[in-house]
Amino acid sequence: MAVNYVEIDADRCKGCGLCISVCPKKVLRFSSSFNSKGYHPAEQHDPDNCIGCGFCYLVCPDTSVTVLKETSKAGT
Amino acid sequence: MSVLTTFKPPKALSGKEFTYCPGCQHGTVHRLIAEVIDELQIQGRTIMVAPVGCSVFAYEFFDVDGTVAAHGRAPAVATGMKRALKDSVVFTYQGDGDLAAIGTAEIVHAANRGEKITTIFINNAIYGMTGGQMAPTTLLGMKTSTCPYGRTVENDGYPVHVCELLKETGGIAYLERTTVNTPQDIRKTRKALRKAFTAQLKGLGFSLVEVLSTCPTNWGMNPIEATEWLEENLKREFKVGLFVDKVGDDQ
Amino acid sequence: MTEKTMVKGNEAMAEAAIRAGCRLYFGYPITPQSEFTEYMAKRLPEVGGSFLQSESEVSAVNMIYGAACTGRRVLTSTSGPGFSLMQEGMSYIAGAELPSVFVNVVRGGPGLGDIQPAQSDYFQATKGGGHGDYHAVVLGPGTIQEAVELISDAFDIADRYRTPVIVLADGMLGQMMEPVIFGKYRDPDSLPDHSEWSLTGAGKREPHKVTSFNIDPYELEKMNMRYQAKYKEIIKNETRYETIRTEDADYLLVGFGTMGRILGSVIRQAREQGIKVGLFRPITLWPFPYDQLKKSAKGKKYVLDVEMSTGQMVEDVRLAVGDSLPVHFYGRTGGVVPNPEEVLQALRKHTEEAE
Ligand SMILES: Cc1ncc(C[n+]2csc(CCOP(=O)(O)OP(=O)(O)O)c2C)c(N)n1
Ligand code: SF4
Ligand code: SF4
Ligand code: SF4
Ligand SMILES: [Mg+2]
Repeated sequence: MAVNYVEIDADRCKGCGLCISVCPKKVLRFSSSFNSKGYHPAEQHDPDNCIGCGFCYLVCPDTSVTVLKETSKAGT
Repeated sequence: MSVLTTFKPPKALSGKEFTYCPGCQHGTVHRLIAEVIDELQIQGRTIMVAPVGCSVFAYEFFDVDGTVAAHGRAPAVATGMKRALKDSVVFTYQGDGDLAAIGTAEIVHAANRGEKITTIFINNAIYGMTGGQMAPTTLLGMKTSTCPYGRTVENDGYPVHVCELLKETGGIAYLERTTVNTPQDIRKTRKALRKAFTAQLKGLGFSLVEVLSTCPTNWGMNPIEATEWLEENLKREFKVGLFVDKVGDDQ
Repeated sequence: MTEKTMVKGNEAMAEAAIRAGCRLYFGYPITPQSEFTEYMAKRLPEVGGSFLQSESEVSAVNMIYGAACTGRRVLTSTSGPGFSLMQEGMSYIAGAELPSVFVNVVRGGPGLGDIQPAQSDYFQATKGGGHGDYHAVVLGPGTIQEAVELISDAFDIADRYRTPVIVLADGMLGQMMEPVIFGKYRDPDSLPDHSEWSLTGAGKREPHKVTSFNIDPYELEKMNMRYQAKYKEIIKNETRYETIRTEDADYLLVGFGTMGRILGSVIRQAREQGIKVGLFRPITLWPFPYDQLKKSAKGKKYVLDVEMSTGQMVEDVRLAVGDSLPVHFYGRTGGVVPNPEEVLQALRKHTEEAE
């Protein structure tokens, strides 16, 4: 079993929205709070449906996205 | 249970935050170059030459030796470096004003000599850094602060097609025009960059990747509109595709 | 090697560069220095070096910038119109503190001018040329032998202070032939080490950045003050000049380069005619030997500055001498070289006025 999710460096993010527009599962959105630069950073509101495709990482111009995968070995 | 990182920023970036506007694709291309440097394991022998333009700080963003050239002169600076240090990997990163206006002589002759360097050319059809003036690649009819009524053939001539111009020069080993709008485009651009650097590593000659790129700020659009405008307008004038490939498939 | 060889000035300077350990040349043909470029094209491959004929002097100077970034010795040669094109790059090179050597074999100007010897690029060389608060060291050889020695010193000064150095020659020096004793070959591998800052690929160390750029005005001011401190050191340590028979002289001639050499022969003839004259010949044109000239001029009845121009160095001569005595000027321009008889005439005229 594997669970995918993304981490967004909220202070690095410039709120451009490119990741949000490209996510095939629509699991990203703008946060309602501001970051230190005064932008609404992107956040993942529905990690359960993330498929780990990396599209958000690929289009992010500011290297603010890391895509991760949690794996648990079968039988444990 | 363990956590694997499937996508994370490459090592060849310094980690300094980019100075670009929100959604500006300069950053995307920086990351792709750094990914290729990581993949090819050439970070320790790479030297980069930044231009004058919005990417003037690029030498700070890559974790490699670097300098910034005078406006348009990066290919000459890179030539001097490569002739002095034949085992190094040297690349220039240049905008359309830098490469296709003030630096036209330098790029044409570096390409024609087959200088063993790689150039990444960011075509955003505008002078970003100085606030949105006409570039040699500005489209006909497009309004900028120095063609406020739209670019006309009578006054300003035609948009310069860099790949089409360079493809006839004998020294070219790899030449491709790409975009970085969609994940698919981005993967293609990374592949092109990998081939361009491979051309240099194999000593085949000069390599250049032109990336059609957005300038949301000076185009007066939000980042997503800018990608759409690029698809509908820039791509119509500048045909994406492979022009020269002497590298082949056996990388 | 103490053997004398007959060589043309341009070729002698080129050979001197190779013996100084320079293995990189980028340049663009222009009269009256093309033999320099051609000599490098032939010789550099023989010694494992790299020669490239650039598409323009704009490119050449930027190739110098790139090559100098790697810490290797690099040189170019040109003449007025080409050196004008190099000024943008000179400014960047001075700002990025890159050791490099430029030879300007000066010809008549302005504009396309002609291809005859001149000294009318003195302002350009000594007062900047490019933009910003910078200086390049400027050396003015009077003979081919001295040019050969100064080329070697130019590289050492460039390395010691991380600065561009200009050798300001002229068409006469470039074109004539003279017997010369060359210095020993220096091993390019045993030259001053620049690994502290040079761009070579970072390997396992922290990356180096070489630039003239800083958008913070306070930081850029600091960079400028660092250059100024360096210039002070250069003024203190590197100022050079020659004096001939100045002690007992009533009058003082001043001239540099080829003109200085011609003035050397004027002294003898003048003294035969009863005009007791001496010569002050600046060798470094920047830094200019202000204090030394002031000392030499002390107690003289007048100074006569002679140049192959309408009067450029004379401004520095006046700065040095001040109001204490008259400073006269004699010059020919456009590629015309003043001959000793013309200078003698000027001497006679000013001597009569002074008596
Ligand atoms: C010799 C010189 N002329 C003009 C400039 C001003 N200038 C700086 S960047 C630039 C244009 C940059 O446009 P481009 O190369 O397209 O890069 P972008 O900012 O769009 O990425 C100009 C004209 C300069 N720095 N130097
Ligand atoms: S990895 Fe794919 S699915 Fe998950 S957030 Fe990013 S774009 Fe959406
Ligand atoms: S693409 Fe990057 S910078 Fe833009 S909103 Fe998403 S995380 Fe932020
Ligand atoms: S001005 Fe344009 S090219 Fe420059 S950083 Fe902003 S969006 Fe990018
Ligand atoms: Mg541009």
